[in-house]
Amino acid sequence: MSWVTFFQQLMNGISVGSLYALLAIGYTLVYGILGLINFAHSDVFMLGTYFAFFMMVIFLLPWWLSVLIGVALCAVVGMSIERVAYRPLRNAPRISALITAVGVSFFIENFGLVTVGARPKGFPRPDLMKNVYVLLGARIQGVTFWVPVISILILFVLFSIVYRTKIGIAMRAVSKDMETTRLMGVDVDRIILYTFALGSALAGIGGVLWACKYPQINPLMGIFPGWKAFTAAVVGGVGNVVGAMLGGFIIGLAEILIVAFFPGLTGYRDAFVFTILIVFLLVRPGGLMGEAVREKV
Amino acid sequence: MRKLFAVVLCIGLLLSGVASAQETIRIGANLEMTGAVAAYGQMIWEGINLIREIVGDTVLGKKVELVLVDNKSDKVEAANATTRLIDKESVVAIIGPAISGSMLAAGPICEEKQIPIISATATNPLVTQGKKFVFRACFLDPYQAAAAAQFAREDLKAETAAILSDIAQDYCVALGNFFKEEFEKRGGKVIVEQHCKTGDQDFSAQLTTIINANPDLLYVPNYYTEIALICRQARDLGYEGIILSADGADAPELFSVGGDAVEGLYHTAIWDATRGLNDIGQKYIDLYKEKFGKDPNMFGALGADAYLILINAIERAGSTDPAKIREAIEDTENLDVVTGKVTIENGDALKPVVVRKVEGGKFVFVKTVTVE
Repeated sequence: MSWVTFFQQLMNGISVGSLYALLAIGYTLVYGILGLINFAHSDVFMLGTYFAFFMMVIFLLPWWLSVLIGVALCAVVGMSIERVAYRPLRNAPRISALITAVGVSFFIENFGLVTVGARPKGFPRPDLMKNVYVLLGARIQGVTFWVPVISILILFVLFSIVYRTKIGIAMRAVSKDMETTRLMGVDVDRIILYTFALGSALAGIGGVLWACKYPQINPLMGIFPGWKAFTAAVVGGVGNVVGAMLGGFIIGLAEILIVAFFPGLTGYRDAFVFTILIVFLLVRPGGLMGEAVREKV
Repeated sequence: MRKLFAVVLCIGLLLSGVASAQETIRIGANLEMTGAVAAYGQMIWEGINLIREIVGDTVLGKKVELVLVDNKSDKVEAANATTRLIDKESVVAIIGPAISGSMLAAGPICEEKQIPIISATATNPLVTQGKKFVFRACFLDPYQAAAAAQFAREDLKAETAAILSDIAQDYCVALGNFFKEEFEKRGGKVIVEQHCKTGDQDFSAQLTTIINANPDLLYVPNYYTEIALICRQARDLGYEGIILSADGADAPELFSVGGDAVEGLYHTAIWDATRGLNDIGQKYIDLYKEKFGKDPNMFGALGADAYLILINAIERAGSTDPAKIREAIEDTENLDVVTGKVTIENGDALKPVVVRKVEGGKFVFVKTVTVE
């Protein structure tokens, strides 16, 4: 394998990895605050692409506005899910919330199949994302460059929200001790609602960027990226935002490099990723950046 | 009095039965009119009736009577329907189920009772293997792949090729393997073989390896979604060679997902619904459009082909003896049917494979290929 080819494969890996990273941040954010793996995250991701798609195709809105509305709608959907499905189970055992999360996920997927149909649709992409640039012999798509930039930007925004605002203080308090926070006069339900809005907006952004790279959207598109991002979150340490990014890049690179170096193992690409998940859960459940955590779902 | 009436009635019925047996030739249609793949059976039935409007419904001076039995898209029902058609309806030949599974259930019964059966669209190789009375009107995957390889070598002048096929689909794997065999037999070389899996969205690793090997042609015998994404990513990664795919490319999603990346893509197809290859094909297309107001489908066309092959065989056999009809079907050579000229060999249809190219967001006819 020549140097240029290797570099190209590296870029391919980073490109996929950064998308996983973005999605993993959403998983980790909700987990960090609520201790709940929101399995519906990957379906909100899918909804984001459809919202933006319909804004563009039916209402003929410009690209940036469609994406903005799509992301906002995702936040609304996220809040509705929390209000309808998770809040009534706030004091139920954790396993109930987990099963509900899976149920919500199935519901959204099948709702999508019934309403928009299973046939994939082509996602329109702006030139900014579509153009291909050549760097040291490797060909890099616009979206590959923008995703890490956007992810880092999002990290900054997240950190400033969590560490600089009142809501952020409340969020951290909720994650430490929900009951005591409630006693201090904080409206815990509202804070959790905000957390879901934030996480779901991230899913929406991730969905749109994913569709810019793979311009084919269908109601089940979220499942595999969702599982891989979840794996990335575990590898990085669930609850740790920087770890989630790191995990995303590791999973993306691992996946590309196994196909690049061992073409015979292509069929095991997904199996390989999930083996990493199992190994981490067994050997280092806290992930690379996480602290030793008492329990995991 | 009443007894007499009954006797007269019985004699009358008997006579009418004898009379109709002399005047008509009964052909069975064992089709999926309801159930999981009802659309296939209904389209085939539509095609059979349409072609009867064009060529008429008589052969050897007798009227052809079609006896339709619904097999409910079910293997067991398909077997029952076959038995019923042969034993109770006394048909001389059967147009068989659309799908391979049902055809595999119906075939052995026809084999045992020595009644020829022809399926419009069952593509599994096992359907006709080792059987004397079982036929099909469509070509098989190996034949399609061979046609693709011939087109790649003779017309596109490709020296080297890469294959990226979906290992989760028998159809894709088979096409890839047969393409390789035929392409190398014709002096070409397959320099890279890569695989993907149904549902994959990222092909950048495989494509980077392929582009690094720099083949003249990339063969992607997959389904439309994967083909569209592969073309997209191949072009983004700087691949400038030819891309060739198979009949799985034929769906509107190819264009909505692939966009300008699928421009110039070649594919092999069963037929081209916009343009008849012969007189009867054109007539069929015109009449279909007039009646239904849309482009005709492949299933209907192949149903019409099955009917034409049968009628032609009965005519050449000059009799309604099933064994003679069977001989005549096997001897079918260069018969003009809706999808082109067909020759039957060992129960399978050999016919020109249509090659089309994407131009301006739609398929444009390039040529037909007959494997030599």
